Amino acid sequence: MAGTTIPARRGRFRGSTAMRENLAGWLFVAPVVIILGLFMLLPILMALWVSFTDWNGQGSPFRSGVPFVGAGNYTRLFTEDGLARQDFMTSIRNNIYYVAIVVPAQTALALGLAVIVNSRMLKGKTFFRAAFFFPSVTSSVAISVVFLFIFANSGAVTSLLGAFGIDGPDWFSDSRGTLHLLLGAVGLVDPSAPPASLTSGGPFGLSWWEWLSGPSVAMTTIIMLVVWTTSGTFMLMFLAALQDIPVTLEEASMLDGAGRWQRFRYVTLPMLKPTLFLVLTLGLISTWQVFDQIYVMSQGNPSKTTLTPAFLSYQTAFRSFEYGSGTAISFVLFSIIVLMTLVQRWIMRERNGGSRPRRHAPRPARGPGRGPARGQDRGQGRTSADASASTPTGASTRASARSRRS
Amino acid sequence: MKRSRVSTNRNIRNAALGAAACAVVLTSAACGSGFDDKGGQPAQQSSGPAQLQILIGSSGDAETAAVKDAAAKWASANGASATVTPAQDLAQQLGQAFAGDSPPDVFYVDASRFADYASVGALEPYGDKISNPDDFYPSLRTAFTRDGTFYCTPKDFSTLALVINQDLWAKAKLTDADVPTTWDQLTAVAKKLKAVDVTPITIGDTRDRVGAFMVEAGGWLTSPDGKQATADSPQNLAALDYVQSLLKDKLAAYPKALDAGWGGEAFGKGKAAMTIEGNWIKGALQADFPDVKYTVHELPAGPKGKGTLSFTNCWGISAKSKYKQQAISFVEAMTTADQQMAFAKAFGVMPSRQSAKDAYVKEFPNDAPFVNGVDYAQGPVNAPKMDSVLADFDSGIQQLSSTEPKALLERVQKNTQAALG
Repeated sequence: MAGTTIPARRGRFRGSTAMRENLAGWLFVAPVVIILGLFMLLPILMALWVSFTDWNGQGSPFRSGVPFVGAGNYTRLFTEDGLARQDFMTSIRNNIYYVAIVVPAQTALALGLAVIVNSRMLKGKTFFRAAFFFPSVTSSVAISVVFLFIFANSGAVTSLLGAFGIDGPDWFSDSRGTLHLLLGAVGLVDPSAPPASLTSGGPFGLSWWEWLSGPSVAMTTIIMLVVWTTSGTFMLMFLAALQDIPVTLEEASMLDGAGRWQRFRYVTLPMLKPTLFLVLTLGLISTWQVFDQIYVMSQGNPSKTTLTPAFLSYQTAFRSFEYGSGTAISFVLFSIIVLMTLVQRWIMRERNGGSRPRRHAPRPARGPGRGPARGQDRGQGRTSADASASTPTGASTRASARSRRS
Repeated sequence: MKRSRVSTNRNIRNAALGAAACAVVLTSAACGSGFDDKGGQPAQQSSGPAQLQILIGSSGDAETAAVKDAAAKWASANGASATVTPAQDLAQQLGQAFAGDSPPDVFYVDASRFADYASVGALEPYGDKISNPDDFYPSLRTAFTRDGTFYCTPKDFSTLALVINQDLWAKAKLTDADVPTTWDQLTAVAKKLKAVDVTPITIGDTRDRVGAFMVEAGGWLTSPDGKQATADSPQNLAALDYVQSLLKDKLAAYPKALDAGWGGEAFGKGKAAMTIEGNWIKGALQADFPDVKYTVHELPAGPKGKGTLSFTNCWGISAKSKYKQQAISFVEAMTTADQQMAFAKAFGVMPSRQSAKDAYVKEFPNDAPFVNGVDYAQGPVNAPKMDSVLADFDSGIQQLSSTEPKALLERVQKNTQAALG
């Protein structure tokens, strides 16, 4: 249609208003576009260029003399057997364990705290809300320094463990992997003499034994710190979402005979799914980018077991003057984050579609059992609860909030 | 119709996006040409009154004040101005300044980073233009020489020595006659100290302390010219084996295991009877642990004789400076024997000129072991791109009690070879 002349002309004729609107629109967003372009997009593109060069930090990276190495900085991280790859893969390993522990832990803790703070029984709600949220608003550097003291060899944690007769580790100088320790404790392998089948080979220059180290003892302290500080923020998000769940829905499920756990599992949790997605995404992004805690507390030590890609990128660029390698690491990190977020989105979306059989749907609780499929039967709500849930207008939300408060 | 309008809109949006992208690319190109000034050519020289920018990695207020004083004196005598700025993080700030094409005229260059700067042409090789350059200790000159060119003059230096806590020493019924001068003696006194439940010695867990044993054994990570990797030599292996045996027998402990940030802190807290540290430990003990009684001795000799490590900074002059002549005159004034003595008194560093040695030893007789160390001291690895290799070596040293020294050295050898190319 657009190919023929007349409609096109008519389109243009009509388009003139649209065009003007468009122009006005662009004009309005221009300040932001220019600022973002100039201070975000442009530097990112410049960094991308640097990642393809062997720039040594002397003068501008856009001079003709700067050696262009193509994808060399990237291939060195993945295919060439050398220190660069070893460091990078070590940092990736550390960060995988870090993400795998921190994200579920902080999400679960935040959800738990939110449910507690949201419960009608709790007295002194504001106090607890503030207390749980407090670590999130404190500077991460300050908290890191406090943790340095708490976990020092003569610090509070070691003394506390000592009071129970436990000889605590030298937290920040202990580079032993916790998974190694666990395997050793179970008796599967001897950490001091790992089996040759594990040490002889493995992907990307690290042996399987090294990949399977788990977070080091030093890393676990950072993990504890981060879980504790971030769960407050995420608690707030869950709390907001919890308060948006109409009380009527809960009451309806109660009438249908759902128990406490069933209510949580089949009503509350499905209603929290968008927030859960948000929290998980934010958690994934921030855990992959962990930097300040590492910078303040460990600088990658002991034995590189707290090295993370973000810190390695900084170290490579500003300490070793290998700006190309440093920026390449940061772009690989960027793609990892994007990839992980996409994967996570895909997983969450599949569940939203309700394609999985709901095995544990309780028989008497018909209404709530349909919870997860809410997105599907929008508009044809069978219970009053469903109807109000699928049209969460401001009025109904506010009403429910009011009814909650009373 | 609806579809066509949607598609027109999309076209407009695409066009706008394209235009925006073009604009960004064009700006970046324009910026690129803006950056592109006199890239490799020598900087234009100005002969007028100089305005020197001086960036120092200061050890504290005392040093900052002393350098500021000296700079002001030079400036008023030469009708120039000299601005001294203490850096928060010298390496990073210098890196940014070089990248931004606006480096300071004069700055401290740590010997361990010297090769990185010199290899990329950031430093002006002025060393021989300073009067009487042979007066600087030979080992310090070597630290700032690359491909036969003496680039910059050493500001001052430090060496490692053995520091002994007298009270703990007496507790094990040891006397001055027992001060170890060989590895065997060190092991022997360590066993006596351990018998009375004192951690005998604490050694920092880096190449900058453990490396001293390698020098004593006759080894080092690179050949003297910094071109060959010599990490997996039997001498280095002997050194690491010895340190490992100390650690395994609990005759030595790393400071972290004693709950201290560095050897001096562990020593000051009385957690170890001996430590291997540089002359900066004086100031630290005086400030934080004034009651500790200690003596300083030269490090015990290894199989190949005496050995220690030296640490030094030089006065680097930027190759891009507009005031090179004036900068050299400034450095000249900073490195006279008198000025070095003034610095020594102000913040406890050791003069890098041999002609100042006698005056220094007279003023600070207890520091003789530190000063004497310079005769057999080994400077930091003098080769570029070694930072990550050495960091990796450090992480190996941290685990020395549980790793195989031979495997560690082979790993360092492989990485060094790759870095030296």
